[in-house]
Amino acid sequence: MLLKDLFAVTMLLSIYGLLSATFFVAMDAVDVAFTEASVGAGISTLLLLVVISVTGRRERRVRHKPYAALFVVILTSMLLVFGTSDMPYFGSADAPIHNHVAPRYLNDSMQEINVPNIVTAVLASYRAFDTFGEVVVIFTAGIGVLALMSVSSKALSKSQPLNRPRGLYEQHLVIRIVAKTLFPFIFLFALYVQFHGDFGPGGGFQAGVIFAAAFILYAMLFGLDAATKVIKPAVIELLAALGVLLYGSVGIVTLLNGGNFFDYDYLLADPIAGQHLGILIIELGVGITVTCVMIMICFGFSLRRRAYEQKVAIRPKEGAV
Amino acid sequence: MDLVISISSGICLLLGSFICVSGSIGLLRFPDFYTRMHATSVTETSGVALILIGLMILSPDLLVFAKLVMILLLGLLIGPTTGHVLAKAAYHNGLKPKLTKSGNEQSSVPSSERGGDISKS
Repeated sequence: MLLKDLFAVTMLLSIYGLLSATFFVAMDAVDVAFTEASVGAGISTLLLLVVISVTGRRERRVRHKPYAALFVVILTSMLLVFGTSDMPYFGSADAPIHNHVAPRYLNDSMQEINVPNIVTAVLASYRAFDTFGEVVVIFTAGIGVLALMSVSSKALSKSQPLNRPRGLYEQHLVIRIVAKTLFPFIFLFALYVQFHGDFGPGGGFQAGVIFAAAFILYAMLFGLDAATKVIKPAVIELLAALGVLLYGSVGIVTLLNGGNFFDYDYLLADPIAGQHLGILIIELGVGITVTCVMIMICFGFSLRRRAYEQKVAIRPKEGAV
Repeated sequence: MDLVISISSGICLLLGSFICVSGSIGLLRFPDFYTRMHATSVTETSGVALILIGLMILSPDLLVFAKLVMILLLGLLIGPTTGHVLAKAAYHNGLKPKLTKSGNEQSSVPSSERGGDISKS
């Protein structure tokens, strides 16, 4: 069955994200589950809703039947299913993934890094360069959206903001008050996730997404003007770059101190303290970049919609409801 | 004491599960949007609250108890709000509640005017 209602598709995607998060919890991958719940079910749904508010709710009718694409999808999925027949059973002890580097992580990470959550140790210390790559990918995505979607601020400020009941935030008092009382707790939880990543599931990616979700909620409920008053878009762009810079400069400092790139042992005199400091700083960099890129994407699409609406509204009659 | 704890938490859990099940049946069986939303709202407030209270009684230490209390407060705050927002959005977009024969409106006829007279319903 093909759904043409993009809103329903978005909601189904969100439900799918939440279900796969519970699936990951059942497989004991709590960090992955947390990421899936916050990214797959949370922020991507929000961003898709923002996009739908620009594009409209209905999919355009397509005349041709996409049989070729269906064929490719079926072929690929059959190949993937065929590939799983060679994989070792789930949880089997002699699977290659459990014998390559995992024993080293499990046995030595407490002496080398002393971070209780081994996932964070792997992600932020052993694999710091890979994570750096991920952050750069997110940053690049933000730049791409900015390049495609940004409208010049001159075009916006030239015409007055429209004085008609616009969207949710003009009329819904109850949800505004409830959201207002919830914002401090959302931010507190995001900070907890950010700085508790060494000890439990969490870290910069999830915390950044939660921060961004709170900001996007604010922009949805109180309007874009209030949101841009809280943080100017220029500041967000600067901060997004600053997070990547913070991450990369940790690597540069370790190089200058005579170690390898991202070898936190050389940050401080005590290797363990150096590891802790390094993980803290790079998680902060990740959090800042993720937050700012997500807000940037949301603002980009919302400003685009506003520019479009102003163009539409100016043409017939100025100030019409 | 153990017996009292397990019996009281069992009663709470059973009641909560019953409310959840009846809410799901209501979601499937009720005639129109507003009554269905009523069913789900009952599920997500009293059903969830009863289950959480049952778990609170069973909680081994204070930390688990505090976490459950926080989840309960969050649920009690968010559940009614989402219900309210959904109903409001539906009403403002012209979805009229289904009324009995004595009422003026018959079925969920979408009307073009935004936000009608609330006293009608």
